[in-house]
Amino acid sequence: MEHVTFLVVVVIITALAFDFTNGFHDTANAMATSIATGALRPKVAVAISGVLNIVGAFLSVEVAKTISGGIVDDKLVTPPMVFAGLIGAILWNLLTWLFGLPSSSSHALFGGLIGAVWVGAGMRGVHFDTVLQKILIPALASPLIAGFVAMTATYLAYTITAKARHDSVTRTFRFGQIVSASLVSLAHGTNDAQKTMGVITLTLISTGTLASGSGPPIWVIAAAGVTIGLGTYLGGWRIIRTMGKGITEIESPQGFAAEASATTVILASSHLGFALSTTQVVSGAILGTGLGRRLAQVRWGLAGRMALAWLLTLPAAAAVGGVAAAVATTGTLGVTIAALVALAASAGLYAASRRDPVHAGNVNDVPAVPQQVAA
Amino acid sequence: MDIKWAALGQVFVVSLAVSVVVVVIFSLGVLSMSARQLAQERQATGGGALAAAVLCFAACAAVVGYGIYLIVPQFH
Repeated sequence: MEHVTFLVVVVIITALAFDFTNGFHDTANAMATSIATGALRPKVAVAISGVLNIVGAFLSVEVAKTISGGIVDDKLVTPPMVFAGLIGAILWNLLTWLFGLPSSSSHALFGGLIGAVWVGAGMRGVHFDTVLQKILIPALASPLIAGFVAMTATYLAYTITAKARHDSVTRTFRFGQIVSASLVSLAHGTNDAQKTMGVITLTLISTGTLASGSGPPIWVIAAAGVTIGLGTYLGGWRIIRTMGKGITEIESPQGFAAEASATTVILASSHLGFALSTTQVVSGAILGTGLGRRLAQVRWGLAGRMALAWLLTLPAAAAVGGVAAAVATTGTLGVTIAALVALAASAGLYAASRRDPVHAGNVNDVPAVPQQVAA
Repeated sequence: MDIKWAALGQVFVVSLAVSVVVVVIFSLGVLSMSARQLAQERQATGGGALAAAVLCFAACAAVVGYGIYLIVPQFH
């Protein structure tokens, strides 16, 4: 490991920090509805999800071959740019977490990289048509598809079980929810931990520590898996509250219909060659399930803020990534300054969250959204 | 510009079909469980209802198994 420089160590630590926020941010995707309907107790839910994420990380064999999947020109990407892109993604993840808004961690990472490469290597390094194809179109399609599917499924679930006994219905659907939520967690581990493994492995290859074309060493797999699992276990409770209680009031048949639909859309999209964002699929499914149950109220104000956060994810992470790249590409001192500033900003966001902490104990209290008071 | 509209359409159709089938079958299972409970309260066995419920949940379990097969790359 004699080739491992200061810069590589910083990139690895930053990549793991991103991995942590990724797990932290996305616990809600798998578990929010199960926690909201009482199918699982909050701590149990995040523990199951954390373990399945680690299992998923070890199961994924095919490490990402490119850092960005073609969104930026990988030949132009240097470790300082990767570092700057990661900072953009981490800070955007923490900011959206502070506001309790679900947003895609992948899009944040892509955004950060786009900004970093744009500043570091010029506009020609960014493939804008791929951005449109892989980010903008899916971002529009995900909530529409998942929403319509979940709405249909919810309507059918309620119609079929209308004459059944209420307590029996609630209990059985809660059981179904546990299974579907576990599937989402496992799928998440196989996909998302892999992104971090890819970033670390490709950085090690770029500096000659690993031979070109190598797979991730076992310590990279273990570190990425455990970090995403830990992030998942610690749980972004603020986002869980938004998705479980904020968008619409969820009963257990809706929770099941939403999760079954989201799981199907996620698996279908990743196996039929049109990747969709898990976060956007799950959010869309929850919206859809709110529409599918008669009398269920959807808080459109919150849905609008979520959509706004999705629109802003890419440019905001890109702006931070770009600024970080401008500093970090100047040398070791620049990297150190960018790292310290990012650390200070993260600490500031965390401190801000302490003023109104959300945790396992109060996650199911309805959030104080202004639109709700009026409703 | 190469947007794979066909793949997107396929995702929509497959997702809708699979979700509807799973949720309908599971709901029928839920209905059967409830029917069995009612039968037992009337001192009947509710055996037919139980059999129907088991059948429905077994079908759902098969779909879940296929989901796990898709997720775990070692199975392919």
